[in-house]
Amino acid sequence: MSILVDHDTRVLVQGFTGAQGTFHSRESLAYGTKIVGGVTPGRGGQTHLDLPVFDTVEQAQKELKADATVIFVPPPGAADAILEAIANEIRLIVCITEGIPVQDMVRVRAELARSQSLLIGPNCPGVITPDACKIGIMPGPIHRRGHVGIVSRSGTLTYEAVAQTTALGMGQSTSIGIGGDPIKGLDFTDVIEMFMADPETESMIMIGEIGGTSENDAAYLLQNSRVKKPVVALVAGITAPPGRRMGHAGAVVSGGNDSAKAKIEVLQSAGIHIAPTPAELGTTLQKVLRG
Amino acid sequence: MNIHEYQAKELLRSYGMPVPRGIVVQSPNEARDAAKSLGGSLFVIKAQIHAGGRGAGHFVGEPACSGVRLVRTADEAKAAAYEMLDRTLVTRQTGPHGRVVRKLYVEAGCAIDRELYFSMLIDRAERCIVIIASEAGGMSIEDVAEKMPEKIRKVAIDPLLGLADHQSRELATRLGLHGSQIHQFAEIVRSAWTAFTTLDASMIETNPLVVLKDGSLMALDAKMAFDDNGLFRHKNIQELRDPNEEDPREQEAARFGLSYVGLDGTIGCMVNGAGLAMATMDIIHEEGESPANFLDVGGGASKEKVSAAFRILLGDPRIEGVLVNIFGGIMRCDIIADAVISSCREVGLKVPLVVRLAGTRVEEGMTLIRNSGLDVIVATDLGDAARKIVAAVRARRVA
Repeated sequence: MSILVDHDTRVLVQGFTGAQGTFHSRESLAYGTKIVGGVTPGRGGQTHLDLPVFDTVEQAQKELKADATVIFVPPPGAADAILEAIANEIRLIVCITEGIPVQDMVRVRAELARSQSLLIGPNCPGVITPDACKIGIMPGPIHRRGHVGIVSRSGTLTYEAVAQTTALGMGQSTSIGIGGDPIKGLDFTDVIEMFMADPETESMIMIGEIGGTSENDAAYLLQNSRVKKPVVALVAGITAPPGRRMGHAGAVVSGGNDSAKAKIEVLQSAGIHIAPTPAELGTTLQKVLRG
Repeated sequence: MNIHEYQAKELLRSYGMPVPRGIVVQSPNEARDAAKSLGGSLFVIKAQIHAGGRGAGHFVGEPACSGVRLVRTADEAKAAAYEMLDRTLVTRQTGPHGRVVRKLYVEAGCAIDRELYFSMLIDRAERCIVIIASEAGGMSIEDVAEKMPEKIRKVAIDPLLGLADHQSRELATRLGLHGSQIHQFAEIVRSAWTAFTTLDASMIETNPLVVLKDGSLMALDAKMAFDDNGLFRHKNIQELRDPNEEDPREQEAARFGLSYVGLDGTIGCMVNGAGLAMATMDIIHEEGESPANFLDVGGGASKEKVSAAFRILLGDPRIEGVLVNIFGGIMRCDIIADAVISSCREVGLKVPLVVRLAGTRVEEGMTLIRNSGLDVIVATDLGDAARKIVAAVRARRVA
């Protein structure tokens, strides 16, 4: 078991023939992901990477019946690509695109709420279940199948957590980057609930950052959950000045309770272990597991 | 992206928001002429900087002189402008260094009966656009939230339905407005909504929104901010950018597609990924030193980008050391290593440099660094990198 994706997940690629779509589709195929085809409007009927290209998701789904789609469409058309995937009832939508206007995402969220689809991202590295299915842009070789569930708002910090748990022999059940935008799909609480219900996931690493309050929501969920699994957390941005956007559109300290310090206090009071530095995610979890 | 008050007012006026008549000026004589052409016997002179709290702020060396002045005649307007232009204004939002005032906005004064607060912004928890309003106008909304939270009213706008006018009318009655003011208020909300959604705004704030003695409503102050992600579809908004209000290092970085924020420390950082960049700053702090900057070179950094990043870092005279921390996913470590080596040769390296590479093609990258003959300290992981740069910087201070 794992969450969201496994060996059998059939994956569609939107923005298939572009530079990003091509490069990462090739990487994912090499990793063993079952990519079944792609969509690029205007290039339907062609073949790309030995796979069929369609003009619309509707046409692709008639033939391919994909379970998941990954979106590499540039910002002006990315929200529409998500809406197209929702309209065609694709179960899992992973949007890698960075830079989607926030108001576009407000409309996407409202539409998502009326559907059965799940969205990961945007502005995220994607999701991977090691040795089974890689959807996104993360480097495959640093992963190793194991029992730590990883969920993170940051891409490269996810890799940091992955590399550390791999080096210590713990490995990952599934690793998910939920993305750095203020309005997005799955949040910490959604993913943590899935990890709680997954028998293969024995512990978790959660990587948050400044801005918003979703780390606090996660603390509340974990504190009140009947299922208990060890969780190590990190909140990036202790040194970030208030009111400045730190790269990610969602990473701005704007009130009182969205600073890194405030979040760390909330997480600690909920009994969650805090890694003292980003270099000690793996070792902190190892210590917790050994009691 | 932020714009000036006068720009926000001109934009909002074009969407139907009632704002005072005003003229932007850059010299004392222009201020006098502006007052003359506006006419009347009361004028407000407002410093134009991208920071709030101007009325309560003061000019450096002149604690009695604030960023908003009331004057009675055109000659007084000229005198006030002389005291404000090209001087540094410090407010609670500028930080202690303050901002140089280069433009003033001269407005016709008006007779105020009541001050209200009205704003529109994107609420990330509600995942929609919300209206915030209060009968306690004129003071900062943060203070109202702290001292009298019951006076803050929030209305969420359904993303699929859009603004419904009855929401505005209901809000108007709660703010104590009556008669034709209810319709005026609804029109103001409608104009803000149209501007907000048409222009990809992230915030519109009018504080105060006033009821005048004659019973009509007017936005006496206006602030607008825009979603950077939406700017690509609004050329007219991009043109409102004021380079004087931005850090020159940040502008240089932006030209190369780098995400940079200047800080006060001495260790320069070059990192890929926003989260890892913040974490790198944090771990330097944890080791007892301070980061000089946040710098995310992004996912697909080219050689030009890396060189530009190096030039910006090393161009900062306070820099005592540089930490390069790259976790290659899309980005290949050998390309980064190559760019770092050539940048060092090109720019000239006078401070300690620690390089930590991980991920895609890390072996090839490390070999390039080791064989470069440059005085580069190689680190194996993030903790090691932070300890090494801190040690190197401290050793250099002693020496």
